[in-house]
Amino acid sequence: MDKFKKLTAIVAPLDRANVDTDAIIPKQFLKSIKRTGFGPNLFDEWRYEDVGQPDSDNSGRPLRKEFVLNQPRYQGAKILLTRENFGCGSSREHAPWALKDYGFDVIISPSFADIFFNNSFKNGILPIILDEKTVDDLFNEVFAAEGYELTVDLDAQQIIKPNGDMIAFEVDSFRRHCLLNGLDDIGLTLQYQDDIKAYEDNRKATKPWLYA
Amino acid sequence: MAGKTLYDKLWDDHVVRQEEDGTALIYIDRQLLHEVTSPQAFEGLRLAHRKPWRVDANLATCDHNVPTTALKGGAETIDDPVSRIQVQTLGMNTREFGITEFGMGDPRQGIVHVVGPEEGMTLPGTTVVCGDSHTATHGALGALAHGIGTSEVEHVLATQCLLQKKMKNMLVKVDGQLKPGVTPKDVVLAIIGKIGTAGGTGYAIEFGGQVFKDMSVEGRMTVCNMAIEGGARVGLVGVDEKTVEYVKGRPFAPKGEKWDQAVEAWKELHSDDDAVFDRVVELDGDSIEPQVSWGTSPEMVLDVNGIVPDPEKEADPVKATSIRNALRYMGLQAGMAIKDIPVEYVFIGSCTNSRIEDLRAAAEVLKGKKVSDKVELAIAVPGSGLVKQQAEEEGLDKVFVEAGFEWRNPGCSMCLAMNSDRLPSGKHCASTSNRNFEGRQGAGGRTHLVSPQMAAAAAVAGHFVDVRDFA
Ligand code: SF4
Repeated sequence: MDKFKKLTAIVAPLDRANVDTDAIIPKQFLKSIKRTGFGPNLFDEWRYEDVGQPDSDNSGRPLRKEFVLNQPRYQGAKILLTRENFGCGSSREHAPWALKDYGFDVIISPSFADIFFNNSFKNGILPIILDEKTVDDLFNEVFAAEGYELTVDLDAQQIIKPNGDMIAFEVDSFRRHCLLNGLDDIGLTLQYQDDIKAYEDNRKATKPWLYA
Repeated sequence: MAGKTLYDKLWDDHVVRQEEDGTALIYIDRQLLHEVTSPQAFEGLRLAHRKPWRVDANLATCDHNVPTTALKGGAETIDDPVSRIQVQTLGMNTREFGITEFGMGDPRQGIVHVVGPEEGMTLPGTTVVCGDSHTATHGALGALAHGIGTSEVEHVLATQCLLQKKMKNMLVKVDGQLKPGVTPKDVVLAIIGKIGTAGGTGYAIEFGGQVFKDMSVEGRMTVCNMAIEGGARVGLVGVDEKTVEYVKGRPFAPKGEKWDQAVEAWKELHSDDDAVFDRVVELDGDSIEPQVSWGTSPEMVLDVNGIVPDPEKEADPVKATSIRNALRYMGLQAGMAIKDIPVEYVFIGSCTNSRIEDLRAAAEVLKGKKVSDKVELAIAVPGSGLVKQQAEEEGLDKVFVEAGFEWRNPGCSMCLAMNSDRLPSGKHCASTSNRNFEGRQGAGGRTHLVSPQMAAAAAVAGHFVDVRDFA
């Protein structure tokens, strides 16, 4: 997993509550053998006029122009601003895979569904919980100013607004450590690779029949 | 201090690191891979620029999506594009990472849980994982084996370890002697009928007692295979001479001096006499009858001479509702005899019952008989290419075909209908597989779990019969 770096990026405002994992990535895409390549089908039903299939060529599909991600002013956004209970529904890891593949590194919301929240960290996405009032203010500011950007500093646990104002946020220190150092579960286990090697050497010596 | 259970011994032997909160880093000796749950794991490795920790600890084969009708070529000849891509992807991934794969056309290809033991990849005293819940099967050889998810498949590929919490110990003890016509499948169905589908949740179940001592290793696999249907991720049988005999000479089994060392060490692989189990369940082997599942959960199972239950007579309202729902889905009436349930499809196969002993047992019943006119399709699907070869050498294929069965190529087939072998809606199937969930064998399909003998007898009769009354 890549290390999470301090980031300044355009904010895309998804003004909806209870966005579920089916909306994030519809179920026909779960048959895929990949965990990348879901980006073009992120929010598929909201983004396109037609129904997407796993093998569709997305470049030629008719777009719903009014959908936030289709508006020119939000192109290149890496921060998604949304309303409460984001990511509810199934446990599919395809939801964070799709968001990440599209380019989102940060999601700001008043609340997240549990499993989605965990899955996000596992896949290098930072979900930030802010109170409703703060989120509401951000929506207004994003709508008011084209090219609105926020800076997210995970190390300092701060969001910096274009006018220099700061918003502090909380994140579990263990998860922060993992994101900053690019450690996923595997990365964490590999921190103990000396223990694993020592175990394995001992096993080779005492149970040689398990090794070719 | 009390002695250790087999599970305790296996666990202790594999702890790499113990954390204070009870989680432990557990070393994994063997991983089996198949096409459905591995692609994202390989892709994860690639994205993170990681390599498998130990290539030779892995063995792959394709099974879930493989067609069982005759095919001329390899994966490229599969019609269904989604199936084809999954199977081809496994081939590309294993080639890229240098992992041994038994692909389509390889005589060793087959259901992953048949292939592992058959090849000697599964050894006593090892930890075995696979992205599939029926990995419990391998516990029949005294291995600590359980299913895992795709993220964990990747974790094992990359680190040879898993983060785990220790389970509790349960002993299911079946003493006495099975009556003729009563098989390992009947024993495990009877156990699930008794403990329920959640009875083993949180436990590693060890199967002990005279019945399992007397049982063949293949029979023990049938039993451990369905531990998960009783809620337990792990099923175990202690190692004895039969286990050693079974493993001897298999391609990946140790040879020469290493073999002698291994056999010596394997003598410890049983629970100590004074081991303490958190829960003990006992059944009387003499009183187990041939079983038939009537409902939509493996615990909804009865003796073949039983009567379909009446929800009105069930005091527990939750159970009454689930009986009602099951009766509706299965198209059955309360009070009808199991033997009056018509059988329109017969499936002999799956990782539960597709080994050579299963095929022999079914063929024995079919010899000189014909499948009933009422049966629309009866298929026999060997668990692996090698099982198929062996069966053909023994002439079993002819027995099946002469009786009116189709003799198919190895794969998961109608166990879960990911390929084109599907049970049509509304049809009753006598199936030797392990799950009778709604839609499992095909949307609307009605599955009845039975032993191979009972499936063969039902095929001839066109309805369920007690194989012992059946000559
Ligand atoms: S035979 Fe059935 S239960 Fe066994 S691995 Fe295949 S699909 Fe799963």
